[in-house]
Order: sequence, then structure tokens, then C-alpha cells
Amino acid sequence: MLDISPAEWTAILLSLRVAVIATLVATPFGIALAWLLARRDFWGKSVLDALVHLPLVLPPVVTGYLLLLTFGRRGLVGGFLADHLGIVFAFRWTGAALACGLMAFPLLVRPMRLSIEAIDRRLEQAAETLGATPFKVFFTVTLPLALPGVLAGMVLGFAKAIGEFGATITFVSNIPGETQTISSAIYSLIQTPDGDAAAGRLVIVSIVLALGALIAAEWFARRATARLHGN
Amino acid sequence: MLRVDIEKQLGEFSLSASFASEGRVIGLFGASGAGKTSLVNMIAGLLRPDRGTIVIDGETVDDSAAGIHVPTWRRRIGYVFQDARLFPHLNVAQNLDYGRRMNGLAPDPAQHKRVIELLDIGALQGRRPGKLSGGERQRVALGRALLSRPRLLLLDEPLGALDEARKLEILPYLVRLRDEANVPMVYVSHDVAELRQLATQIVMLKQGRVTSFGGVKVLT
Repeated sequence: MLDISPAEWTAILLSLRVAVIATLVATPFGIALAWLLARRDFWGKSVLDALVHLPLVLPPVVTGYLLLLTFGRRGLVGGFLADHLGIVFAFRWTGAALACGLMAFPLLVRPMRLSIEAIDRRLEQAAETLGATPFKVFFTVTLPLALPGVLAGMVLGFAKAIGEFGATITFVSNIPGETQTISSAIYSLIQTPDGDAAAGRLVIVSIVLALGALIAAEWFARRATARLHGN
Repeated sequence: MLRVDIEKQLGEFSLSASFASEGRVIGLFGASGAGKTSLVNMIAGLLRPDRGTIVIDGETVDDSAAGIHVPTWRRRIGYVFQDARLFPHLNVAQNLDYGRRMNGLAPDPAQHKRVIELLDIGALQGRRPGKLSGGERQRVALGRALLSRPRLLLLDEPLGALDEARKLEILPYLVRLRDEANVPMVYVSHDVAELRQLATQIVMLKQGRVTSFGGVKVLT
């Protein structure tokens, strides 16, 4: 079957690690932001909404460059984090996760927001009359009812993160074993003589991963919907 | 038991109501659009009056002059809505237990058993709300409200969404509830026959004003 070399495995596992971490870290922020956009009216809401969607419409290379300027060693945030907390993003796999998380964020938030908007708010009122504080209402009514959307957002975000290329390569470059994901490995291989076979193997792997994510999303959504409608 | 003296402007509609009652079941009577639901929502704390006071069981839960507005979740009221509003992601047993859990109350198996027998919902426990008939749903909603151990039960046209046959099925449960559950109630309805059977006092509401107040005989 597929004769995957150790170097290719490294790229595959790194991609998985980057995408999983990016998705898990982005999810709580995504849920909070989705709730804010769905439920609250505040000054600057449309600006915030536009800002969240920015990575979707900006050229990825621009996003990557902006990340480099902000989170690079000499960047405003990056310098502070490196000097005071010892956290470095530039040219590390954590930086790849940051870039992927940011690029995936709009796709992750959208289904979450739609599912929160679709919840019957009268159910939340009913919970309040039964003694639930707003905090408990969120965790016992809002979040469980929004679960299909939350899972759909996570899977979409994961699929986007695992395929991200432009922002990642601009921000953290293409270092085998540290920042070389499947996408950047394919990019390097097709520029190398005789790299076609290895590139082909990685292409198959990425198709399998993408299809797997889609099937998983569908399965989660169906289970969650069935659970909610009491079947 | 309940003292209400409030004013509220809702768009074009102005609501101004004042009454005090020690009755076991206060029947809030009026045509649709008379302001019944808004008044009940204010007692529940879901709506804040512009001016005035609401006192439940000796506790002032609203006093605009003193800046008091106790939030809904701390009012210890039970509210049965016309559309039941059971939680679709929880089964009947979990719906029934919700209020007790949220209030951090210790389980009271005796009360639990009494309410379930009173409303005849023992056989429904494992089911999801989506699998219940309208009448069953309303009985579970009653049980859910009662099991949160409220000091006042608000019922906003609990039979309003049911057909005649279902209404006749639920009414006896409501009578038993009044006679056995020992929780004062505010019962909202536009149905004279229903209120004659259930209420001990009537507050009549017309276009946002209380037009009469007294025993069931004011319903003529």
C-alpha cells in the first residue's frame, strides 16, 4: 500500500498536532464570541464581526506577515511573551498552530453563532424561572442545545487548520520536523526533482483526512440532532 | 401573599395594575391583549416595571423607588407557560429534577413521589418531550415547576394550547393541585368556566387596567 517514509510521517503527525491544538484552543474563544455576536448588542459589534471574518478575505500571506510583525521575536506581543514568559511563536510549531487557529477562526465561529441564534430563548427564560443563574442557563440549556453547531464549527475549523498553507509558511517558514506541515511538505516536494511520488502519497493522506473530517462532522451532527429531538 | 402595584409602558400599550391578595388561587381574567401575560412576567421578574412594587410572601421583589429588582432565578417562583417549554435535550425525569438541581436543594423523595402521583406522570419518566402529547407535556411542566419548591406558582393559560378534550383531561389535575399541593397560584385565563372551577379570587384586567377585584362572582 502507501509506503510512507519517516519524514512524511513527521509532516503528517505535525499537521495533526497543529490542527488539533489550534481547534481545541480556538473553540472556547469561538463559543464565547459566537454567543456575544448572537446575543448581545454593543457598540462596535459590526467592527468586531468584520474583524473575525478578516482572515477569510485577506490574502493569507498578509495574515502571515502581520503575525510575524506582531508575534515575531521583535514584534510587539512576541517580544513581550519571549522576554517575560518564555513563549516563542516564530518559527515554532506553536506558531503554526496560532496561524492555523486564526485562519480557521471565522469558519469555526459561524456555525456556532447560527446554532445559538436558532435556540428558542423562551427555554432560557423557563430555566431562569426554575432558579438557574445566567451562568447555569448557559451551561445547562444554551450550550447543550447549540452542540450540533459547536461540533460542526470545530470540524470545519479543524479541516481548515489542517490544510492551511499561506499564513503558516509566511509566519513560521517550512522547517522539517518543526513547522513543515503536510501542505508545506507537498509544496517543497513538487519543487524537488523526483519528489512526485512522495507528494502523491501526502496528497492521498490529505484527501483521506479531509473526507474523514467531513464524515465525522456529518455523524456528529446527526447524532446530536437526533438527541435533541428525542428520537 | 401577593401584592402588586405597578406601571409599565410597552410601546403604545400602558399597563397599570394594583391589587393585593391572600387568596389561594388568584384568577387573572381578561381578553387577549389585556396585559395578563405582561403582568405575570413582571411578577416572575422577566419584565421590569417602570414604577411600583411587587411583594411576594412578604419579600419585596420589585421596588422602583428603592431600586430593587430581584432577578428571576432568585424569586423562588414556578412558572407554567402556555407552550410548556420543556427542555428538548432532557428526558422527563431530568426535566422534573432541573429546578431542584439549579436551586441546590436536597432530594425529597416523598415530595417527588407525591407530585408524580398527583399528576400521573410516573410512566413518562424516561421519555423525551418530543414524544409526549400536548396534555402530557403540560402535566410534566406543572410537575417541573412544583418540584422546584416555589412559594408562588404562576400559570399562564396552561390549557390555552389544548383542545377541549385535553382541557377536560387536565382540569381535574389542576383542582387537585389547588387542594393538595399547598402552593398559592396565579392563574391566567380568558375562560370564565375554567376560572369558576379553579380560582378563589379574581382580578379582572381590561386594556391594561384592573376593572374589578373580588370573589369568583365578579365573573358574571
